[in-house]
Amino acid sequence: MTPREHTPSAAQLRRSAYRRRQSVHSVLIAAFSTAALGTLLVVAVTGAPGWDRVRRSFLDPEIGADALPAVLDGLWLNVRLLVCCAAGALLLGLVIAVLRTLRGPVFFPVRALAAGYTYTFRGLPLIIVLYLLTLGVPGLRLQGMPSVLVLGGLALVLTYGGYLAEVFRAGIESVHPSQLAAARSLGLTYRQTMRHVVLPQAVRRVAPPLLNDVVALQKDVGLVSLAGPIDAVRAAQIATAQSFNYTPYVVAGVLFVLLAIPLIAVTDWVTLRSARRQSGG
Amino acid sequence: MALLRCRGLRKEFAGQVVLDRLDLTVDEHRVVALIGASGSGKSTLLRCVNLLEEVDDGTIELDGEDISDPRVDADRVRRRIGMVFQAYNLFPHLSVLDNITLAPRRVHRRARAEAEAQARDLLDRVGLGAKAHAFPDGLSGGQQQRVAIVRALANSPRLMLLDEVTSALDPELVGEVLTMIRDLKADGMTMVLATHEMGFAREVADEVCFLDAGRVVESGPPEQVLGEPTQARTRQFLRRIIEAGRL
Ligand SMILES: Nc1ncnc2c1ncn2[C@@H]1O[C@H](COP(=O)(O)OP(=O)(O)O)[C@@H](O)[C@H]1O
Ligand SMILES: [Mg+2]
Repeated sequence: MTPREHTPSAAQLRRSAYRRRQSVHSVLIAAFSTAALGTLLVVAVTGAPGWDRVRRSFLDPEIGADALPAVLDGLWLNVRLLVCCAAGALLLGLVIAVLRTLRGPVFFPVRALAAGYTYTFRGLPLIIVLYLLTLGVPGLRLQGMPSVLVLGGLALVLTYGGYLAEVFRAGIESVHPSQLAAARSLGLTYRQTMRHVVLPQAVRRVAPPLLNDVVALQKDVGLVSLAGPIDAVRAAQIATAQSFNYTPYVVAGVLFVLLAIPLIAVTDWVTLRSARRQSGG
Repeated sequence: MALLRCRGLRKEFAGQVVLDRLDLTVDEHRVVALIGASGSGKSTLLRCVNLLEEVDDGTIELDGEDISDPRVDADRVRRRIGMVFQAYNLFPHLSVLDNITLAPRRVHRRARAEAEAQARDLLDRVGLGAKAHAFPDGLSGGQQQRVAIVRALANSPRLMLLDEVTSALDPELVGEVLTMIRDLKADGMTMVLATHEMGFAREVADEVCFLDAGRVVESGPPEQVLGEPTQARTRQFLRRIIEAGRL
């Protein structure tokens, strides 16, 4: 089928022209107000009495360039930790959330353990978990003890797994019981119902908050440096101590933001898409 | 031979008796219509038969097997019973084809190609062949409900339970779903259907059961129950239906 040729009416042409004029206006106004605000900010900051001192100690290009390799080295550790810990925490959270939905007396201990886990690790500050695992556990002097880095990663996975489990659980509970009834009426077992009907819908619905927690994790992975391994922030701290200049911190901060941008963009995109799906459905 | 035999069913929800010493027998290839006011227990009865609810007393036999025995494998029983819901309950994240092939593939372990060929065949027969790759929210209510019926049929059930399958539909979409049920009857499918469509019940049902407060108050051939009811409560119910313009 091809749509019939359509000639817009005079009224429609007038409306279109008006809308075009309006959008040109909007762009001009936005550009002007942005330029005005930007100029104001630059003048205020660079005109401040201490600006020269601040520029020397925070924005020294030479010191920044010197610190960059070490900070980048540290950032590589952040990236690797983020990927491993995010995968681990998502998996752990999902498993815990599913275990908490199991019904029946046989599963009581499993349910209780899973619930106890989420209560404990959501309440416990990350730093304490980190110290307990990286300083306490090696103190046991057991055979085949994993490295401090692995233990630190484990602390992150345990802590974030607790948060993510709650997000997954909210998603599972948001799936309407009639979906379960439909799946069970087709003869699907509980496991099959979870795997093919409930979890796909639940995960789609909570994808935005899940990704949000991954963005938060990205900032927290650096805390393993408290136990020794050198991440980007720790590398910047060392460089700062050597040069008596804060520029390395600024370098690390910029790199962190650059690293976060793709992840945040994906989060925004997923959030927007799921909002559209819900209102469009 | 009786395919389904319910004896003395009782079901309570928090002290409220919803099914009360209810008896129902459905012979093979027969269609039984359940009528009755909202809240009289029609949906609950269907859900109990499909073991989605546990009965508090009485027995349910399917093909002579007591399926209300807690030792029976409920998943295995449900594979022999198809159920269609008032609100369609299609899986929104799956395409029409995947909705239909989910149970054949996962429950009956059929190969994907074989399951899809069967699904396409069923869809073609109800004129929905072009919608195989659509998602539920892109279909009209009538189309969704027909897909839901096809999904239940893909399990090759012995018995179909239909719970007010046209109640959520716009009037002009009711016909296409009723046509499908008529065809099922012509194919010899055994069905229990809860309905508010008295005209349709009269046409398609071999037996009509009037439920009131969880009991079968009156049952028999449609001409008798709908035409010359003997019970005062049946007459009262039918009068209200007529006043609402639905007969
Ligand atoms: N899950 C439930 N929990 C509590 N009460 C319920 C539940 N399901 C049904 N009921 C009650 O059981 C009665 C019968 O409901 P239902 O079987 O849905 O009637 P019908 O389908 O004939 O309209 C109603 O009073 C309803 O409120
Ligand atoms: Mg009902």
